[in-house]
Amino acid sequence: MNNADESYSPLNESATRITRRTRAQKIWLGLKKAPLSAWFGLIVIIAYLLVALFAQLLAPYGEAQIFPEPYAQWSAEHIFGTDQIGRDVYTRLIYGAQNTIGIALVTTFLSFLIGGGLALAATITRGWTDQILSRTVDALMAIPSLIFALMLLSMFGSSITSLIIIIAVLDSTRVFRLTRSVAINVVVMDYVEAARLRGEGIGWIMRKEILPNIMPPLVAEFGLRFCFVFLTVAALSFLGVGIQPPAADWGSMVRENASLIQFARYDIKAAITPLLPAAAIALLTVAVNFVVDWFLHKTSGLRDEF
Amino acid sequence: MHPIVSTILQRLGLGLFTLFIVSVIIFSSLEMLPGDFGESVLGQAATEETVTAFRKELGLDKPAYLRYFEWVGSVMTGDLGTSFSGRAASGVDRSRPVVDLVAPRLWNTLFLAGMTALIAVPLALFLGITSALYRNSLYDRTVNVTTLTTISFPEFFVAYLLILFLASLWPVFPSLATVDDTTSFGQRVLKTALPALTLTLVIVAHMMRMTRAAIINLLASPYIEMALLKGSSRSEIIIKHALPNAWAPIATVIAFNLAYLVVGVVVVEVVFVYPGIGQLMVDAVTTRDIPVVQACALIFAGTYIILNLVADIIGTVTNPRLLHPR
Amino acid sequence: MSSDTAKKGDILLEMRDVRIDGFSDERWHEIVKGVNLTLRRGEVMGLIGESGAGKSTLGLAAMGYARPGCKITGGSIMFDGMDLVATREAEKRKLWGTRIAYVAQSAAAAFNPAHRLIDQTVEATVRAQLRSDKEARSDARVLYKDLQLPNPDTIGDRYPHQVSGGQLQRVMTAMAMSPRPDLIIFDEPTTALDVTTQVEVLAAMREIVETFHVAAIYITHDLAVVAQMADFIKVLRFGEEVEQADTRTMLEAPKMPYTKSLWSVRELEKPEDKGKDIIMEIKGVDAAYGDLKVLDNVNIKIPRGRTVAVVGESGSGKSTTARVMTGLLPPLKGEVLFNGEPLPGALKERSRDQLHRIQMIYQMADTAMNPRQTVEEIIGRPLEFYLGLKGRERENRVIELLKMIELDESFMDRLPSELSGGQKQRICIARALAADPDIIICDEITSALDQIVQEDILKLLLRLQRDLGITYMFITHDIATVKAISDEIVVMFQGKVVEQGLKSEILSPPHPDYTELLLSSVPEMDPDWLTHLLEERQKTEGQTAAE
Repeated sequence: MNNADESYSPLNESATRITRRTRAQKIWLGLKKAPLSAWFGLIVIIAYLLVALFAQLLAPYGEAQIFPEPYAQWSAEHIFGTDQIGRDVYTRLIYGAQNTIGIALVTTFLSFLIGGGLALAATITRGWTDQILSRTVDALMAIPSLIFALMLLSMFGSSITSLIIIIAVLDSTRVFRLTRSVAINVVVMDYVEAARLRGEGIGWIMRKEILPNIMPPLVAEFGLRFCFVFLTVAALSFLGVGIQPPAADWGSMVRENASLIQFARYDIKAAITPLLPAAAIALLTVAVNFVVDWFLHKTSGLRDEF
Repeated sequence: MHPIVSTILQRLGLGLFTLFIVSVIIFSSLEMLPGDFGESVLGQAATEETVTAFRKELGLDKPAYLRYFEWVGSVMTGDLGTSFSGRAASGVDRSRPVVDLVAPRLWNTLFLAGMTALIAVPLALFLGITSALYRNSLYDRTVNVTTLTTISFPEFFVAYLLILFLASLWPVFPSLATVDDTTSFGQRVLKTALPALTLTLVIVAHMMRMTRAAIINLLASPYIEMALLKGSSRSEIIIKHALPNAWAPIATVIAFNLAYLVVGVVVVEVVFVYPGIGQLMVDAVTTRDIPVVQACALIFAGTYIILNLVADIIGTVTNPRLLHPR
Repeated sequence: MSSDTAKKGDILLEMRDVRIDGFSDERWHEIVKGVNLTLRRGEVMGLIGESGAGKSTLGLAAMGYARPGCKITGGSIMFDGMDLVATREAEKRKLWGTRIAYVAQSAAAAFNPAHRLIDQTVEATVRAQLRSDKEARSDARVLYKDLQLPNPDTIGDRYPHQVSGGQLQRVMTAMAMSPRPDLIIFDEPTTALDVTTQVEVLAAMREIVETFHVAAIYITHDLAVVAQMADFIKVLRFGEEVEQADTRTMLEAPKMPYTKSLWSVRELEKPEDKGKDIIMEIKGVDAAYGDLKVLDNVNIKIPRGRTVAVVGESGSGKSTTARVMTGLLPPLKGEVLFNGEPLPGALKERSRDQLHRIQMIYQMADTAMNPRQTVEEIIGRPLEFYLGLKGRERENRVIELLKMIELDESFMDRLPSELSGGQKQRICIARALAADPDIIICDEITSALDQIVQEDILKLLLRLQRDLGITYMFITHDIATVKAISDEIVVMFQGKVVEQGLKSEILSPPHPDYTELLLSSVPEMDPDWLTHLLEERQKTEGQTAAE
């Protein structure tokens, strides 16, 4: 016991004082503590994004350029050989990054816009809007989304626009559910009630009181949803109803060259060719999942402290 | 009425309602077709009369709600309509009833899904419970990273990897799962081994992670600490104190993951050329054979809804608060 | 299971220099820093301290148990000749639930919802084969009777969710007692209960501990409660022992300044002052949540510049009254008058000018502030919203307000998570002041705070009232707080106002029945309080029965 206890003052009441840092410093500090898997994930994601952005510069040939020899072996000219009609596999892998990642990203953004926006509106207004939206989402989610997507594609045909819209709408149901469930925990907080008592409007409450507090789970969900959308697009293309030729895309590339696997005992390189785009898909989703896992662990850890 | 009965009735009602909505959505897929689809089904050379006759056969001259009830009525009696394929511009009709197409394939798909569930569910529960018990141990972390990786793999990647190693390089299993009525049971099991293994790998990861999370959530309850402080052993805590309260979350986990099974089934059937309804549906989508697509979608969605309903009811009847009302 | 050779007075538990680390913030911190403790057979020790003092951790360590995220790093814990620090868990498990029993804070959460109460009561006894299953069950029923549970023969067949919190806590005591342990750890067993229920549970627990001469460690933050239970008291702070003495000495002559400060709030008392005019009046208000009626013809008058304390137990409707006043819950019937004018029932219909006059402060300062906003944003928003202050002006006013609540401008850019509990509540007060209010509704604003901080917040509120002439409506269940701050008191019970009047009138007899029960149930800082109270109640019961 020392004298400080007797001369009490609220100023020096103990509290964890965190040194104020800029955003960049915070991110760097977080990264320094990140596990190896998260670092690996980040590097892979950045590499993929660079390839997707600069595909035109990186690719040695044109996206749909056809060479005379189909199923050509790996060589200096064609690093991974050519496919069933003589297109350069390496080139198509690079363009595939642009097409598949691009479509998946646009779709995920769209599904967050629809699902997230509706969910926030539903939680704040409550009542009938919330009831109707929630029941609709429940019904939509009662059909496995790949089946639903297949059905809708059979109706509207497989164009890139319909692909993006269909998957975005279907996926937005899941975004709606998550956003609603996290937002509902925030809406009941006293500080939201305090803002209401003050007379604040819905827009202010949504932007200033709720959104900043549900960002961490939404960011994590964005990663997971991206993976899911990405895999769905790839699966649909693999099934032949997604991205249509001649656009290069990883899912259909697997399907087109799949028969080569049979010849693994004679030419292992040829057998690996169809697995390259599949591995490219897998690597990116693994990377995103590693980063999300670390992020979730980090943010949930923060919550435990308080 | 006992609250359990009323809760179950309520769930059943909700399930029926969902089924209704889903059937409306599936039914309306025929509604949304563009006006010239008659030509595209029958071919460019179709005459006006054959197109009109075709539209009449589909009943497009009647109002939609009437056709919906007729459609539901015929589905109830096992009539799923006739396929679009096999029709010609001349009016010659070699199309087959959808039921004849679906029935044998449904059995195949159920066989594959059942075999997978038989391996995957116990394995996932075992891995989930043990990794929850020894959480943050080396075992847990290994299982965590492995499952996180498998979750990230597209189904066809897993499938082709298995084909590469177990069928191509070291031919242990056949790479094509072509079965028909004449295939013996033993042959059937052997041929479906690779597809089942692929599906197992994909589902186990999801199911195991969710089981682990559910159990950890449960083990954090104060009554588990109380059981520990009453001297219960680890196994006693799991079996006597955690498990009676864990049925609801576990049932939900299993039902939820059967959705992944459905998705996986479609892709895996295509990879292994397995004659199930997944493959049938994909083919029908490419040829825009709407009646077949409808039938397949109805089967998938119906199964999924029923499974979720069962999980929900299991969760209800094992809830002590509902079992023993005040 | 006390061995026959053991006598009262032998040392049962001896902890030497016990150190425990806890994991938080991604590293290990020492949370118990070398505590010594000696407990003899049949003795009851009170372990008190504020939140974060390490008392629960130390209590569990007496069983050789550390929660996940904690580890015992040093010292020795000798229980009847056995060092629990060095013992393997499998061995310790043989002691747990049989020779050392634990009674947890929240009975509702600590009972397994899937099993009957009596099965859980006898579980440890039967497992250790101390008695046959049949004997254990009939013994359990006797214990239920001793603990004055209703229907002792059948209550054990119920499930946890079928009985009340106070009853569950007594069943848990029976569960602890079933194997006749040498030591029971009571971990804040009455904290979650209402005062009137707390008295019954305390009496039952004390009775049974005395009957079976069992040693106990009683952990709580409430000195008055521990005074009824313990032979001697140990005070902990920041994981270290402050002082230890027998109960009477500790209450009459505490040595350390910290221990003295724990008493001081009880001494704070405001001279009452009857106000002149009425600033706010609740007139014949009925209110309901859906079909559940929670307020029934409530009438309250609040005099300007004074403090009205609203007291009652949980479910009495005191917080609902506040919700009606603020417009969050429009009344079914009746009206709320402000300066004689009726206010619109619904929040949406009230104007900004009406809104800023009535401000609210919440019990949990943690959830009352947006964790992503800085102190400047939190206090600045009402300034901007109601008074239109911007930029420099706003900043200056925020600094003024911070000074008013005894903080300074260095706090401007802090986030709520960087503040202590007391500082958080001060910021909430500043936010209310920023709106330039006439009346502030304080909903249990001190009950989540440590004793020493509570007193300070109350002093601040009194000073602000003197300086600014603000009116308070103070919702609380703590009579000591009421004495410290109020001019008038409103007693509520089951949605009705039992009585309203000046503090001196309400607190002095004769009381209506409910007020009497409520006031007499508040533990006093007197070791004989519970004994006297029980005698008193028995007498009156005898009288009523005789009549």
